[in-house]
This record gives sequence, C-alpha cells and structure tokens, in this order.
Amino acid sequence: MNLQSVKTIYLAEMARSLRTVLQSIVSPVISTSLYFVVFGAAIGTRISEVEGVSYGAFIVPGLIMLMLLTQSVSNASFGIFFPRFSGSIYEILSAPISYFEVVLGFVGAAATKSVILGLIVLGTASLFVPFSIAHPLVMLLFLVLTALTFSLLGFIIGIWADGFEKLQLVPLLVITPLTFLGGTFYSIDMLPPFWQAVTLANPVVYLVSGFRWSFYGLGDVSIWASLGMIALFLAVSLGVVSWIFRTGYRLKP
Amino acid sequence: MIHVESLSKTYDSGFQALSDVDLEIRRGEIFALLGPNGAGKTTLISVICGLVNASRGRVLVDGHDNVRDFRRARERIGLVPQELTSEAFSTVWDTVSFSRGLFGKPKDPRHIETVLRSLSLWDKRRNRLITLSGGMKRRVLIAKALAHEPEILFLDEPTAGVDVELRRDMWEVVRGLRDSGVTIILTTHYIEEAEEMADRIGVIRGGSLVLVEEKRELMRKLGRKELTLHLREPITRVPATLDGHRLTLADDGHALVYTYDGRHNGEDDQAGIAELLADLDAAGIRFKDLHTRQSSLEEIFVSLVRETT
Repeated sequence: MNLQSVKTIYLAEMARSLRTVLQSIVSPVISTSLYFVVFGAAIGTRISEVEGVSYGAFIVPGLIMLMLLTQSVSNASFGIFFPRFSGSIYEILSAPISYFEVVLGFVGAAATKSVILGLIVLGTASLFVPFSIAHPLVMLLFLVLTALTFSLLGFIIGIWADGFEKLQLVPLLVITPLTFLGGTFYSIDMLPPFWQAVTLANPVVYLVSGFRWSFYGLGDVSIWASLGMIALFLAVSLGVVSWIFRTGYRLKP
Repeated sequence: MIHVESLSKTYDSGFQALSDVDLEIRRGEIFALLGPNGAGKTTLISVICGLVNASRGRVLVDGHDNVRDFRRARERIGLVPQELTSEAFSTVWDTVSFSRGLFGKPKDPRHIETVLRSLSLWDKRRNRLITLSGGMKRRVLIAKALAHEPEILFLDEPTAGVDVELRRDMWEVVRGLRDSGVTIILTTHYIEEAEEMADRIGVIRGGSLVLVEEKRELMRKLGRKELTLHLREPITRVPATLDGHRLTLADDGHALVYTYDGRHNGEDDQAGIAELLADLDAAGIRFKDLHTRQSSLEEIFVSLVRETT
C-alpha cells in the first residue's frame, strides 16, 4: 500500500474544498437553514407531531440525509471529473499507485467532507429545533456509511460523465427526486397504502428511515432493513468501481 | 533501461496506432522519437507510462514489467505530456509538491526548490498556474515530472509552441538532466531539436518503427553530400572524360555539382573526390571556389518518410 500517495491525493482534495469553502460549506449550511425556516418554522407549526416527535425535529435526520447524498455525489464526481476534463488525470494514471489507492484518496476525501458537513448541518439544526439523538454511534455509522457509499456513486458518475451536463444529470434527475420522495419531510405512513408500497422500492427510504431511527428510535422500516440496504449499496458501488478500473472504462483506452 | 517487445495497440475505434514495435532504450541516453502527426509517438509513450493499455506485447522498465510490476516500473518514470494540462487554481509550489507525493516520495522542499530553480520557476512558486504563460506552464509540467527524481524522463513534444529562447533554455535543462544520469526520451516535430540533442533517433511511421539508429551513424549513412565547384569559365557540357563521376551542370554552366552519399558508395566516396579533382585537372577545368554541403536530419527524415509511404 502506497500510503504517501493516498495521503497526497486525500490532502489535495481536502485543500481544494478549503479553496472553495463558500460553495462546499457555506452554501449547504444556508440551504439547510432555509429548509428549516420554510418547513420547520412556517409549515411545521401547522403540523402536529409526527409519531410523537415535533415536525421540526422529525425532519432533521431527513435534511441531513438529503444534504449528505447530494454533497457526497457532487463532491466526489467533481473531484475525479475535473482532472479528466483538464487532462491532469495523466499524472494519476502514470503514478505508481493502484486503483484502490486512487479511490481511497478521492472517495475518502469526498466522504470526509460530507461527514463534516453532516455534522455542521446537525449543529445548524440544533439552533432551530430541540432534538435528541437516541443512538449516537448508530447515527455516526449511518453518516459514515452513507457518505462513503454516495461518494463512491459520485466517483462513478465523475468517470462516466463526458461533460458538465451529465455530471449534473444524475444528481438532478435521480438523487434529488429519490431523496424528496424518500420520506425526508414526511413519514411514509402519511401516504395512501398504494404509494406506501411504491415508496418501498425507493432505496433512499431505507437510508432516511434508518438514520431517523438512530435519532428517535423509530423508523418506517426496521433498522436491519436499513443497514442491509446501505450495505447492498456499498457493495454494488464497490463492484462498479472495481469493474471500471479492471476495464479502464473511460480512463484508459 | 526500457525494453519494448512486439508492442501493438489497436484502439476501440479499430485504428491501429502501433504494430509490432520493438525498441531498446539505453540507460543515460537521449533518444528522439521522430514521426509525422498520428504516427504513434504519443501512443507508444502512453503505453510505456501506463496511460494506455497495450493490445499485445510487453514493456519492461529497468527489468520491471509495466503491468504486473507497475509500481516499480512507474516510480522510475517522469512524464511531461504534450497537452498543457494543469489544476488551474493551485500554485506552482503546491502542484509540484503534489506530484512528488503522488509518486509516493516523502516531502523534500529542498529538492522541489532545486527543480524550480533549475527551470527558472522559483520566482513564480507562489503564482497560480492559471496566471502563467504557456511557456511557463510547460516548465511547470517538466518540474512536476522531475519532482519525484525519476531515472527516466519522457518529454512528449516538449517545445511545441515554445519560443526560440525558451527552447534553447529547455535544451540546456535536458542536457543537464542527461549529465546527471537521467535517461531521456523525447518526441518532437522540430528536427533540429533531435539533431541538436539526441544520441539516437527512432523514426516511427504508421505505427511502425521504420528505423532506430545512432544519430551520427544515421547522418553519415543517409546524409547526402554535395560538392559544388564554381568554375572560372562556364562550360556547356560535362566532358566525356568525367563521365565516370556523377556530375551535373548547374548555374548555367558556371558550376559543377558532385553528389555522393554513404548509402550507395559507402567509404569509397572519399577516394572519389580525389579522383574527381585529378580528372578535372586533366580535363583542364579550373574552378575558383568550392563548397560542400551535408543534408540535415530534416531532409533525411523527409526522404525516409516518403520512401516508406
């Protein structure tokens, strides 16, 4: 294992987000605050408790999840897309490092950023609504696993995309809708039975539900189903990434 | 130092960029790879450096297979690509230090400083890459390639689009590197560059190496020589007594041109000149001046590429 190289990629990626601190940290915090103002303060006051939790507190895990998914994907996809776009990827491909180490550097940095952001959003949320965390360790586990999995997904998108449009396509057309429809702002019990069944096909439901369980001890699906789902995601993403590197897809002609 | 064995590359599009290339690069030499656009120069370099997968054949770098033992093969190599690519917003210092770390070497600010100074980049070390001129960016790419102290340096068109002065500077840098023991492989469009710098020359055309030769040997063997004799009095035809020599009349009969090249006659040519002069004397042809001219590598190159078409 070439730790020096991994560290170099990791630190360079972290430094890149420090350079762009406005878009990588400030903007997610602002948008989360806006969600709280709109859903928590404005709409939430008209909604009674959801499953024994105030609506403002109920949406906290969902909001963190929403931010975690979108930021992981966009951070990681941009991180690997940009060197491909600028051509500076040649250096990474010609360096004495394995693909696993490349992924570790890029995805590790993207996931770290997402986790930090998740915690920042958590802190921001605590300024708006009082809430408690029943299972902090499970909460952290979910945070890390989700950040990792979706950073891997972002990495895949960053390699697949051959232009800036495609880079935006998956986050806009897939991630955001699935998150909004994934019980971020509601319990799926609130839906008619038919849509409840449909919703169970949405993988994000399991993530949000599991994450919410770690806060309040309740979820739309069992915690084991949630953990199983995130593990499945992780496995699929790892499989795709290793396929990419085995075949050199979009990287090595 | 580098051993390339029956290397072929066919891209997915079906384009065959390399066919059955064998090449041996010696330790410490400057090897120039010449060839027209699309001949396969960059593909060959890319396969050796691990940017492109070979379809067939193998590459050994200092005895290490560049696929199976890629770590040890690649850590010996520094690559300066043809395209000016860079992380636009980082500084010269950061990007060169990044390259060193990427190749698994521990931090060494002294070495980075030496590299930057040798490329006249020291004053620019805090500049962002986006603010640099094209020539300066090219230097940064060289600095990046040297950051991890490679034993082999690939320069893909290092002086394309670089002004004359800077080009001379770079030649100095490359020579200095060779003197410090680095093996250098460069591709170039500028034949004068190969002529000036290289120890050996390979000519690649249509994906095949058509020739690999010591530069001096190449110029000697393929270099056409011309001896022009400016006559005191013009003549209308070459006297019959001189038929044995390959002579042509030029300049309205004011000059006689004698061409000789190593390819056909080899060493005999030297004797040919003495005979010619004796025969001219006997024929009563007086000349007031003479000069010889040797064809440049460029002419050799052009004739080679034409010949194999």
